[in-house]
Amino acid sequence: MKKWDDNKAWFMVIPVFLVVAVSAILPLMTVVNYSIQDIFGPDNRIFVGIEWYREVLTDSRLHDALNRQLLFSSLVLLIEIPLGILIALMMPKKGWGASLSLVLVALPLLIPWNVIGTIWIIFTRPDIGLFGAAINGLGIAFDHTGAPLDAWITVMLMEVWHWTPLVALLAYAGLQAIPEAYFQAARIDGASTWATFRYIQLPKMRGVLTIAVLLRFMDSFLIYAEPFVLTGGGPGNSTTFLSIYLVKLAVGQFDLGPAAAFSIIYFLIVLLFCWLFYQVLLKVGTGDKS
Amino acid sequence: MARIDLKNLAHSYISNPATEADYALCKTNHIWEDGRAYALLGPSGCGKTTLLNIISGLLQPSEGEVLFDGKDVTSLLPQERNIAQVFQFPVIYDTMSVYDNLAFPLRNRKLPEKDIRERVMEVAEMLEMQDDLKKRAANLGADAKQKISLGRGLVRSDVAAILFDEPLTVIDPHLKLLLRRKLKQIHARFKLTMVYVTHDQLEALTFADQVVVMNEGQVLQIGTPQDLFENPQHTFVGNFIGSPGMNFLPCRVKDNTACIGELRIPIGNGTEKPGNNYELGIRPEFLKLHAEPLRETHKVTIKEVENLGNCQVVTVLFEEQTLKVKVPEGQEIPDENGFLEFPQQWIRIYADGRLIEPTVLENPGQERTQ
Repeated sequence: MKKWDDNKAWFMVIPVFLVVAVSAILPLMTVVNYSIQDIFGPDNRIFVGIEWYREVLTDSRLHDALNRQLLFSSLVLLIEIPLGILIALMMPKKGWGASLSLVLVALPLLIPWNVIGTIWIIFTRPDIGLFGAAINGLGIAFDHTGAPLDAWITVMLMEVWHWTPLVALLAYAGLQAIPEAYFQAARIDGASTWATFRYIQLPKMRGVLTIAVLLRFMDSFLIYAEPFVLTGGGPGNSTTFLSIYLVKLAVGQFDLGPAAAFSIIYFLIVLLFCWLFYQVLLKVGTGDKS
Repeated sequence: MARIDLKNLAHSYISNPATEADYALCKTNHIWEDGRAYALLGPSGCGKTTLLNIISGLLQPSEGEVLFDGKDVTSLLPQERNIAQVFQFPVIYDTMSVYDNLAFPLRNRKLPEKDIRERVMEVAEMLEMQDDLKKRAANLGADAKQKISLGRGLVRSDVAAILFDEPLTVIDPHLKLLLRRKLKQIHARFKLTMVYVTHDQLEALTFADQVVVMNEGQVLQIGTPQDLFENPQHTFVGNFIGSPGMNFLPCRVKDNTACIGELRIPIGNGTEKPGNNYELGIRPEFLKLHAEPLRETHKVTIKEVENLGNCQVVTVLFEEQTLKVKVPEGQEIPDENGFLEFPQQWIRIYADGRLIEPTVLENPGQERTQ
């Protein structure tokens, strides 16, 4: 690291730096700009410091949305990761069955977000939806527009149906990369199916599962389209997750200053969690205690 | 420990094999004695790994039987066969310590923890890994990982045979030697039946009591390293063993005599058949190159001299065919023409690739001249 100052290789980084600057840093700076000023017009602005941040951080509706969001993302990870691994384990390893299962599993990933929302709204409608009508027919009242729990279940079903395939595909790729000799050795060592999974497959999938956890956490933490299409955040505020609340603030109430401060905080929260996950998952099972 | 019998064993990866070429392993009958070390030697794709996997049970043969100590194990699963296998790439359980790795096969077999500890300690001592037991296996070098793979086989007291599938491929050269010596020690101490697959002739010859040479699914010869060197049963064996390999010269056969130019070699009665392709074989080590003509020498043209440090390999032209001759370090090589002596007792005649038996020679192989 001594050559930091006069290392000409740094010039090679300029193109990438420019791209990142234009695509990420500049827009972010605009948001920063909004978050510390009260802007009424192009020539009419007041510097307010951390006022918007203070307002947003003490907003109890934001706290509720954050708690809702954390619960939602935790449930998503707890359901999708084990389910994805299970599906990957059940998929055939070779032959035409492998290709077929890959296509079938990948199908939900090819459908646009709002289409998914629409599909599931219709599917779960108590009057005409196959799922909703069937459940109601069984004598269980189900109405995602009225009952908060039902709305949650519907959003969760959408999310799990849409994104578990991604986890499954990643896990499948991880499984396929394990050399055959490991399974042969395990058979010779007399390992049970569970032991083979626990000591060979799971450790070897660590890399892809880290990516799966990060992707699913980030995505589910930013969820917008599904609850928006379903009930627009209702019933009440029961499915008002962070980004729904953010859009209400910015577009609905046109409070650009607080919305910008909120965006920055939102960004930092995602960054913090991703960093935590990454650190933990890199070390788990390697015996690296540091 | 066990004797391994292969009865009419054959395997094809195709469901309805028609010709010999469809077989990865052609019909084989062998008995491998208890407690001996065998090496399966052959080029890549010759069927040696197929044969090994059939013995370990990872592969079900399409024909024939495998017997351990007379008991048919053909349909048994690997875990029921009491064999251990060491693979080309070290297989270790990443998340476990060295101790847990070694204990794994025993824990799967539900042994009491006290017995496991005893066995693991014993094996660790033999592999000289006592100090590494608490370390994570994943953080060790390739040679240590390979020792762990071997150790997982050794901890099981019931193990009938240990199979090795090119186990030294990924090991650094200077560690190869150490590990090979370790294997020999273990073999001497436990008297286990060991089967070792390799394409490296040096490894095979130094490791095994008996070397099984394979090519294209066929077992061509089983013999001691000396046998393979002195009496290759097949031109492939002659070529494959030795560096450089045996010289083979196409020759005519007439009146029970093989002829190339002035050279006349009598061959056994009744071995002459029309349509056979005859070849004369002789090892570069046994040819003698002289600067002056002597009795029974033949004039050759010197084409090329390679100095290998401890000897020289001379390429010569004899009757328009090239031959390699190994000449001791320091011997003067004539510039243009030399005179080659073909010691009769080292000449072998092959018909369609196979050695003609018996050779007319009284007692070949007794006085080995270099």
